[in-house]
Amino acid sequence: MVKRYQKLYLGLMFLFLYAPIFVLIFFSFNQSESMGHWSGFSLKWYRELFRSERIQNAFFYTIVCAIISTTVSTILGTISALGIYKITKKLRELVLNVNYLPIINPDIVTAVSLMILYISIGFQRGFSTMVFAHIMFSTPYVILTVLPRLNTMDPNIIDAATDLGATPLQAVRKVIIPEIMPGIIAGALIAFTMSIDDFVISYFNTANSVTNLSIEIYNMARRGVKPTVNALATLMVAFIILFVFIVNKIGNNHKSKEVLKK
Amino acid sequence: MKKIVCCMIFLVVFITLSSYPVQAEEITTLNVYNWGEYIDEDVIDLFEAAHPNVEVNYETFDSNESMYTKLTMGDANYDVIIPSDYMIERLIKEDRLVELDVTKLTHYNEISNEFLVKSEVFDPNNNYAVPYFWGTVGILYDTTKVDETVDSWSILWDETYKNQIFMYDSQRDSLMVALKLLGKSMNTTDKEDLELAKNKLIEQRPLVYSYVTDSVIQQMISGEAALAVVYSGDAAYIMDENPDMAFAIPQEGTNFWIDSMVIPKTSQNIDLAHEFIDFMCDPDIALRNTEYVMYSSPIESVFNNVITEDWANNIAYNPDGVIDVFGGSIETEVFRDPGDFITEYDKVWSEVLAPKPNYLIPIIIGAIVIVAGSAYYIITKKKKSY
Amino acid sequence: MNKSLNRLSYPYLLWTFIMIVIPFFLIFIYSVTSSKEGSPVIFQFTFDHYREFFSPSNINILNKSIWLAFQTTVYCLILGYPAAWIISKINIRKQNAIILFFILPMWINMLLRTYAWQIILGRSGILSTFFNIINIKYEGILYTDSAVLIGMVYNFIPFMVLPIFTTLIKIDDNLIEAAYDLGASTKETFLKIIFPLSLPGVVTGIILVFLPAVSSFAIPRLLGGGQYVLIGNLIEKQFYLLGNWNFGSAIAIILMILIIISMMFMKKTDELKSRGGGTLPW
Repeated sequence: MVKRYQKLYLGLMFLFLYAPIFVLIFFSFNQSESMGHWSGFSLKWYRELFRSERIQNAFFYTIVCAIISTTVSTILGTISALGIYKITKKLRELVLNVNYLPIINPDIVTAVSLMILYISIGFQRGFSTMVFAHIMFSTPYVILTVLPRLNTMDPNIIDAATDLGATPLQAVRKVIIPEIMPGIIAGALIAFTMSIDDFVISYFNTANSVTNLSIEIYNMARRGVKPTVNALATLMVAFIILFVFIVNKIGNNHKSKEVLKK
Repeated sequence: MKKIVCCMIFLVVFITLSSYPVQAEEITTLNVYNWGEYIDEDVIDLFEAAHPNVEVNYETFDSNESMYTKLTMGDANYDVIIPSDYMIERLIKEDRLVELDVTKLTHYNEISNEFLVKSEVFDPNNNYAVPYFWGTVGILYDTTKVDETVDSWSILWDETYKNQIFMYDSQRDSLMVALKLLGKSMNTTDKEDLELAKNKLIEQRPLVYSYVTDSVIQQMISGEAALAVVYSGDAAYIMDENPDMAFAIPQEGTNFWIDSMVIPKTSQNIDLAHEFIDFMCDPDIALRNTEYVMYSSPIESVFNNVITEDWANNIAYNPDGVIDVFGGSIETEVFRDPGDFITEYDKVWSEVLAPKPNYLIPIIIGAIVIVAGSAYYIITKKKKSY
Repeated sequence: MNKSLNRLSYPYLLWTFIMIVIPFFLIFIYSVTSSKEGSPVIFQFTFDHYREFFSPSNINILNKSIWLAFQTTVYCLILGYPAAWIISKINIRKQNAIILFFILPMWINMLLRTYAWQIILGRSGILSTFFNIINIKYEGILYTDSAVLIGMVYNFIPFMVLPIFTTLIKIDDNLIEAAYDLGASTKETFLKIIFPLSLPGVVTGIILVFLPAVSSFAIPRLLGGGQYVLIGNLIEKQFYLLGNWNFGSAIAIILMILIIISMMFMKKTDELKSRGGGTLPW
């Protein structure tokens, strides 16, 4: 009985989370250019998507930027969290308070301040500046999700590991990292999400026709976003679901084989 | 650890390398900076086809102001930009534009003289700007919900349309409506005029469904409200999508705007920029462009050609009541750059939108925080003794 | 051991200095200077921008922003905690997929999703069509406070669920079983074991939701209309529309100071109690 309520709750939650996504998918098959106004089935926006070099380019930049910035900020954030965990209390408070700045600051403030920084040191804005900016605002999120895992970890296990002859590096790799892995994954997911969704910071910190999807979509908004973007969103969702499905399938097969071996 | 360091070094090198655009020899890039969704992109392909050694870098912006920030603070070198009237005035004042060489523009005489005359308000002697699209601001209304004739801004103050009105969420545009209703100039620098306009807008506020910007287009296509203040070009598009909608230009007068092509001083391909501007004035190209964007073209032959088409055969594309262009009776004004006076406009507009004071909020938050804090304290304390 | 680990924070200290502290300092400089014609070269020291902020209407705006962020955080916590808890009890193989599906909607552009909400909530929208069919009168809640709240909760809830989930799965099942064996009821087990142990995650979740929510402006503007003015809009307008970077910076600094103070306050109350299971992440 309780189980059923739990399933219902989760189901409603997913309905809430996916309602807008369904709407987007639905209108990607719309004949008319406007959302919210159904005028017949059509695949023309998909055709347009494969023709539009701008959107494809923007998509490419978005994904590459998100992957690089997520990788770097996850590694940087995890390493720093380990360090912050061990530094003196005073310094830790200082670092963490500074760490909050990019999270509190409205995007536009971060964007402008970074832009001024880049210009004053004469760093040519382009793809790399965008990536640096993304690393800058997503690393604090990684640190914030990894630290609680570290704090709830039993500090004795590190000592135990070193006492048993592990080098510090081994202790980190074999003991701490597996222990805080869920935090790292959560941090990476948040970093990826922040990067893929960012508009303002990217806008002010790129130039020379490097754009990302968000920039394209915001500038399109003048006329109502084109269903071409809906089509892209639909494909993205489809790919991710397919990917998750395959990974799960492989994982399951793997597991069942292991069970058989036993 | 070494692996991680190696990875990071690799990434940094990769990023820095990838930031330098690889440029093939003898290819010139032309950087064009325009409003989003404001060009038929096939036109750019045609330009590239006509100039085999040219690659067009097309970038978009979403407001005159963000364009200005990027242009002036940036290291980006745009060759052609397409801002609006008052922004061009500002750029001219600040000496940021290149004087055009009209002899290089072979299609210059295709442009209706009316628009060049009108442009002189912000660009004296037409030295800097070539009109790209133009239009007015008016009232879009749903003919299934509004029976009376719409010919005055005062309908936006009519109680019967409570919660059925979309206003434009921009200080200049909304104050324009109130100022025009009061018979004042939309470029007023008189604080008393602004005060009157402010009171008018505060009086209207309970009737307004929402103050919106771009989303008004989608909302009106789906018939969310009965009345909306919109740009004529958008009105043409909305009416094409939703035939129940109609457009009217109020008798009290309205804003007349022109978006024009200019060349900033930072441009490194001034000749090529001229060629691009000229190309956009080519009647065939301009025709394609206006049919796609649905904003009114300043090219005479294109305009006359298009108004016979269904979507353009209306007052939004073809505002024949407007005095300056078509000899009608409605007076229009072009927005001027207000300089520092913009802060006064902003102050007034902020007061219109200001939220009502609510002193309960801090008390409630304080109470909840204290309760939650003590609950937290109790839970953790109990746990300790547990 | 301790020594060698703390060195790991040095690269990040350098990084924060260059990418966070220096830009922050630049913003601070802007906030206490005034410049003519927007050129940053001519500095003139002034506190006017700070004085300018403390007008009744700006205070009301700040008030409203904090209230919205607060409500968002509370709803995210109330709705998100049970979700995280349920997911943490599902078997591990499905768990990762479900968490991924929780995040997935956020990978679709925010503007696009918020437009979709407009279509769902509007008078002529999907909900109203649905209510019409079952003959219930629905006036549409677009451009009301509820619409804004729905949009905010929708956008921020994964940031609450994720950290809570990561601390919940860390709780040793034996601990819970032990509690049951010792005769604790489900309620007691939850209140005395599970909830306190998940508190670090809850606090992180609150931070991840509350901080960005205070300064958010895009969602409130799209779902609440232009009449829904928040502190984020105020700052954004100064930079974007008016080119008044000095005043915009001053507001940003005020906001930061307020939040840092409340953080310190939270930390102080945290120090009062024992540093047991439920420590804050600093």
